[in-house]
This record gives sequence, C-alpha cells and structure tokens, in this order.
Amino acid sequence: MELFESVLVALICVNLAYLAFTRLRTLARLTAVQGILLAWVPLLCAGPGDHGHALLLALAVLAIKGIGFPWLLARTLSRLEVNPVIEPYLGFNLSLVAGVAGLLFSLWLETRLPFPPGLFPPLLFPAALTSIFTGLTLVVARHKALTQVIGYLAAENGIFLLGTPLSGQGSVWLELSVLLDVFVAVFVMGIALHHISKTFESIDVGRFCSLRD
Amino acid sequence: MNTLAQLLAAFVLAPLLSGIINRVKARIGGRAGRPILQTYYDLAKLVRKGAVISRTTSWVFATGPAVSLAATAAALLLLPGPGGPAAIGFSGDFMLMAYCLGLSRLGLILAALDTGSSFEGMGASREAAFAALAEPVLFLCFLCLATDTSGLSLSAMLGTGTDGAMAPQRLFVPAILFVLLLTENSRIPVDDPNTHLELTMIHEVMVLDHSGPDMACIVYGASLKLWLFGALTTLSVLPVRQMPPLSAWGTFLGGMFAVAVAVGLVESGMARLRMERVPRLLGAAGALAALSLVLMVWR
Repeated sequence: MELFESVLVALICVNLAYLAFTRLRTLARLTAVQGILLAWVPLLCAGPGDHGHALLLALAVLAIKGIGFPWLLARTLSRLEVNPVIEPYLGFNLSLVAGVAGLLFSLWLETRLPFPPGLFPPLLFPAALTSIFTGLTLVVARHKALTQVIGYLAAENGIFLLGTPLSGQGSVWLELSVLLDVFVAVFVMGIALHHISKTFESIDVGRFCSLRD
Repeated sequence: MNTLAQLLAAFVLAPLLSGIINRVKARIGGRAGRPILQTYYDLAKLVRKGAVISRTTSWVFATGPAVSLAATAAALLLLPGPGGPAAIGFSGDFMLMAYCLGLSRLGLILAALDTGSSFEGMGASREAAFAALAEPVLFLCFLCLATDTSGLSLSAMLGTGTDGAMAPQRLFVPAILFVLLLTENSRIPVDDPNTHLELTMIHEVMVLDHSGPDMACIVYGASLKLWLFGALTTLSVLPVRQMPPLSAWGTFLGGMFAVAVAVGLVESGMARLRMERVPRLLGAAGALAALSLVLMVWR
C-alpha cells in the first residue's frame, strides 16, 4: 500500500513539474515518466483474482502512454523545429501556485463528495483531480499548440486514474477504448500541428487571431 | 555534558566543512586543491591583521560582522545534536532560530549599505531578495517536521528519523533543506563563492570592504551557518537520537561529511543559475514543501 501511495505522490510531483519546467523537450519526457507511473497503478490497485486484467491494462498503458505518446511528441518536436522554450501566458511561479491550489482544492473536495466507502484508495482522487487541473492549466496558460497537446494528455491521465479502481469490475474494455480515443486524438493533433506550423511558421496559437475570411 | 560536546563540535569543526567542499571540487576538477584546514589558517591570519576602515562608514559598519557572528552562534545554541537536546529549547524555538539567522543577515546588509558603495548596495539588495524567498520555505520545512513529530521545539523535531519505511512526503524535507543550504550559504546554483566579478556577486560583494578581525567574524559566521544548515539537513533524515551515543556521533559526523561532499559534487556538476531563475528554484522548493505539508496534514 505504501508503494501505491509513493507512486501517487510521484504522480503529483510530475504534475507540479509540468507547470514548472520551461523546455518543451523536458515536458515530452515528463509525459513518458507519467505514463510509466500510470502503468503501475492498475497493478497496485488490483484486488486478488483480477491480476490478468490488471496486467493487460498495465501493459497497454505502458505501451501507449509510456512509450507511444512520448515517442510521437518527440518526433513532432524534432520535425517542427520550434523554439524549445515554452512561452507562458501565466508565469511559471504562478502556474506552480495554481498547481498547489488545485491539489488543496482536490483534497478538500474529496472530503465533501459522498463516495461509497472503499471505492477510491487514499490519495487516488486528489492525485487524479490534480492531474486534470494541471492539464487544464497547461492548455489555457501556454502559447504553443504542443503544450496544449501535452496538457490534454495530462488531463486524460487524470481521468484514467479516476477510472482505474473501477477497471476491476469488467470495465477494462472501456478503459482500452478511452486509450484508443486518446491515441487517435493525439495522432490527429500531430497532423494538425504540422499544418499549423506550415501555415503560420510557428505553433503559437496566439497567431490564430490574425485569421481573416 | 552532551550539549557542551555538541556546541564544541559545531564551533571547532564548522570551518572544516568548507575545506571538504573545496577538496571535493578540486579532486573532481583534477587538481590537488588547497589544504583541507585552509579556512582555519585564513581565520588565524585575519585575526592577527589590522582592519582598514573607510572614512565614510559609521559605527554600523564596525558592529555588523560582530552582530552577524553572535546571531549565528545564538542560532546554533537552539540546534539539537546527536547526543541530546539543544542547549536552549522551548516550544516554538524554530521561529527564534529563523529570526536569529535573519538578524545575522541584517547585520551584514546594514554594514554593506553603510559603506555607501553601489556594488555593495546591489549585493545587499540581492541577498535580501533571495533570503526573503528562502525564509517561507524554511518555515514550511519546520512546519512539516512539527506536523510529523507533533513537537514544536527543534529538539523534538530533529533527529528522530523518518516515520515508517516509505514516507515519500517526509523525504522531501531533507532535499528542500539542502536547497536552502545552497541558497543561504551562497553556494553554486544561487551564488558562486569564488567569483570575483562584482556584477554577478551576491554575498561576496557585500563584504568587500571588511578586513582583518571583521572579515574573520564574517568567514567564521559563514562556516557556522553552513554547519547549522548541514546539521538541519542531516538531523531531518537520520534517527540519531534513538542510537547509542557513540554510533549516534559517528552517524551524525558521517552525515555532515556526506552533506559537504554533496555540496562539492553539486558545485562541480553544475553552473550557477541565471539570477532570474533563482526565484523559480526557490518557488519549486516551496511548492514541494507545501505538497509535503499538505500530505502530512492529510494523513
């Protein structure tokens, strides 16, 4: 159980790191770290008897979130020749404060929501919600389209984390379908990013404002 | 007796730490390095020399180093050691320690401003800015330790070790204290102790006008401060208070040695950060401390 909590604390740290780092490449590597940590969660969360399902899910998560997405992101990053420094709308220190505030809010929310007892292991709900908040912060507070893809991934990781305790009850296919959806979404975003970069010679979404009929 | 031994160890061995750091840096850089006792030789030389005092300065300049040294020494009186509790300990003494360190800094800053030199004023301003950012992080660390051990005095908070085999949030505290050690003692990612370019200096530029015994006070005060933060880092992680005396002393001194080697490794391995990045480093340390505190309270 303590190992499980350590993994969750590490996930929260990765979420805060998303908001503090200034390089796109570091962010792409962080998605790999988060994916590998997430792959541990179904294994540690599984009750006796459904290790087969858990192992399947863990391997799928590792393959898609731990290896697939980071590879796709790194490939896009190297092809786009973008400025490696992230340009924020909201400063890095303020983003960090927002991240900690999100954590505090999710801890508070956990005490207010009427969950069935024993549904979520301790700390899982705050970790998942913090991940969603971090993703949203990355989406709204950064200039580049690539950071928004990473934010979307972080938010989806939070949703996946919320769904993990339920995966033992036969909803593993649901999880796999979500994974597939996200895979397609990231794939499409990769293509969209390429087009944005070709049209505007940048992936700064602020330039969309200059679009005319 | 134990308290006396702890204080004696701090006052006698403190200048050794910077010797170890310099030796590690020299070895990694492929040099022989200066003697490990160099700081003692420097102190002996400085005490024998006379002081040159600028005519523009007032009594503030002369008292600054003495106030700084006295305040740091007073902070050391509040620090527990491997043998037993601190010489002076009461509920909430961590506040006094933090403000003793603040007073020590204030003495040096006022002395620097008193010279009327623009460079020293710039250094003083930088030192004050970074210290203002480091102080809340130090308080957050103390709060984490207080929450974890349910004690409000440093003697109860330190030296008890981590609770449980895997307490991830508790492991952040020594790491944050180590970052604070680097910041407060003007070590490399924040300030370069060896730099001689006034524009980039922080701590060293503040003390440019001091000489002789005043400078000795500053150098010795810096050593004591390094010992204090090293001991805070070591005692926050090692359960020395639960060990038999001899092994406790061995573990503590080993821990201090490890901290000095770690500082040397950090200084050899990385360049100093750009000035604007330092607040981000301290902000990240603060966020980690807040996370640690939240998780402890949540438990």
